[in-house]
Amino acid sequence: MPSPPINAGDRLFRRLALALSSIVVIILVMIGIFLVKMSWPALEAYGINFISSTAWDPVRSHYGAAPFIYGTLVSSFLALSIAVPLSIAVALFLTELAPARVAAVIGFMVEMLAAIPSVVYGLWGIFFLAPLLRTYVQPFLSKYFGWSFLFQGAPYGIGMMAASLILAIMVTPTITAICREVFRAVPDIQREAALGLGATKWEMIRLAVIKSSWSGVFGASILGLGRALGETMAVTMLIGNRNEISTSLFAPGQTMASIIANEYAEAGSGIHIAALGYVGLVLFLVSFIVNGIARRVVRRLQKSGAGK
Amino acid sequence: MTFQDIYAKLDRRRTIKNRIALSILVLASIIAILPLLFILYYVVARGLGGLNLAFFTELPKPVGEPGGGLGNAVLGTLVLVAMASIAGVPIGITTGIYLSEFRTSRASNLVRASVELLAGVPSIILGMFAYALIVVPMRGFSALAGSAALAIILIPTVAKTTEEVLKLVPDHIREAGLGLGLPRWKVITRIVVYGSRSGIFTGVMLGVARISGETAPLLFTALNSQYWAQGLLSPISSLPVQIYTYAISPFDDWTQMAWTGSMILVFFVLFASLLMRAILRGKKV
Repeated sequence: MPSPPINAGDRLFRRLALALSSIVVIILVMIGIFLVKMSWPALEAYGINFISSTAWDPVRSHYGAAPFIYGTLVSSFLALSIAVPLSIAVALFLTELAPARVAAVIGFMVEMLAAIPSVVYGLWGIFFLAPLLRTYVQPFLSKYFGWSFLFQGAPYGIGMMAASLILAIMVTPTITAICREVFRAVPDIQREAALGLGATKWEMIRLAVIKSSWSGVFGASILGLGRALGETMAVTMLIGNRNEISTSLFAPGQTMASIIANEYAEAGSGIHIAALGYVGLVLFLVSFIVNGIARRVVRRLQKSGAGK
Repeated sequence: MTFQDIYAKLDRRRTIKNRIALSILVLASIIAILPLLFILYYVVARGLGGLNLAFFTELPKPVGEPGGGLGNAVLGTLVLVAMASIAGVPIGITTGIYLSEFRTSRASNLVRASVELLAGVPSIILGMFAYALIVVPMRGFSALAGSAALAIILIPTVAKTTEEVLKLVPDHIREAGLGLGLPRWKVITRIVVYGSRSGIFTGVMLGVARISGETAPLLFTALNSQYWAQGLLSPISSLPVQIYTYAISPFDDWTQMAWTGSMILVFFVLFASLLMRAILRGKKV
């Protein structure tokens, strides 16, 4: 509610609140500045080629971030391709199918997935998921689909597949929560209209709910992508930490976040730190852009009343 | 075939498709919660064995020697989270108040955008920022740098939940306060914020629970330590970092402690979330 401050107390309060709130703005700007400052030697030395170069050799002082960008993109893409359909299905179950009590319990459990710390996911991945992949899933895939470029190489367990799976689990709560909101916002009239025309429940869901929610689901996916990009610990523990690009899902890899997590604490030379800073700058910019897009989509959604 | 027969055939197909599709939805929900059940089971099954008083009171022993604990890590996490909260909670709540109560001011769009974008920055980048800001000038890793990074994570979280909680307060309450002659700042602090204090407290608790599990920003700010906290200007141990270090190690007694530490973290977060639900259900804002 707008009202001009008409006394000293109000003016002081407003100024104080604004001052403290601007700390957030200042921090955001400073992060950008510091990242550029930190990576300046690498920016000067490599320029834009940093992004396409695949050499990462701290011993010989050659640096290129392509393997990490590849690793980040592939793991995020794979994670999303599993998480988005799954989340849509769960959200539909919670809003259309489940009775209120069941929806409350299952919804709570899905939210709990988001609360588990990343390290715990990593620990569980190392001792449960990776052995599962190594012993059952990957040999099976290798035996029947080993001709494909996707399933080449030895079944380590640890690698792109494990990291992507754990990422998928971790972003599902985010995407599900937003999809729930989107589906809940579809007016009941649409559902009743479909049912009145003789649709089965699934046909009703398809026609009335899903059809009008595409942009909302898209926004949810982008937000999930933003979360996936920033995930560090679980991915670091499961991706195998090999600085090479490989098309096989069994292969170990490296993401932008994981190379920083692995090498930053012990980075020796100035150019090593600057190169890692450059990787951080790229990661910062990418997540900045993705989150910006997600904000725009979600905002447009809220204006048009959720849905179309 | 009669009309009826054709429709009967189509109907059967639609009914089957309906059954299959709805079953897939149920199956998907079961698949989605399975990881949670597995993790909870594993964390308790593997972690419970190592839960004893020594875990909280003793320092880690060298590999091979029995006993020892992660007391320093538990204390370290408490110290880091407390320090981060001292800075982060007031700033976060005030930012939330500004976003909610001064929504129409020109700056509020910029502030809101910054809050949301900052919330999306990967936590390891925030660690790099704290490194450049504090570790480099100080020429050393410290608990101060670690809690600074955690505070930066805490602020947007608390700001967002505070704004949401305050937005729920209907305008007529504010108007009633103003109508009684109160200055606006008193209306905001004594009525709106005070009335929403349980929701705000919940948001703070959730933020605190979240940062106590953060590892990445601590990796090169607070680093780690094998000893009890030696002051705010030196490296300090923390539960998540120790779990990480032990989890990737090849030693069984270390991984055992990693499981126990994970159990503590997971149940702390679970407890905080359940408590939050109980508070919110009790007080309908």
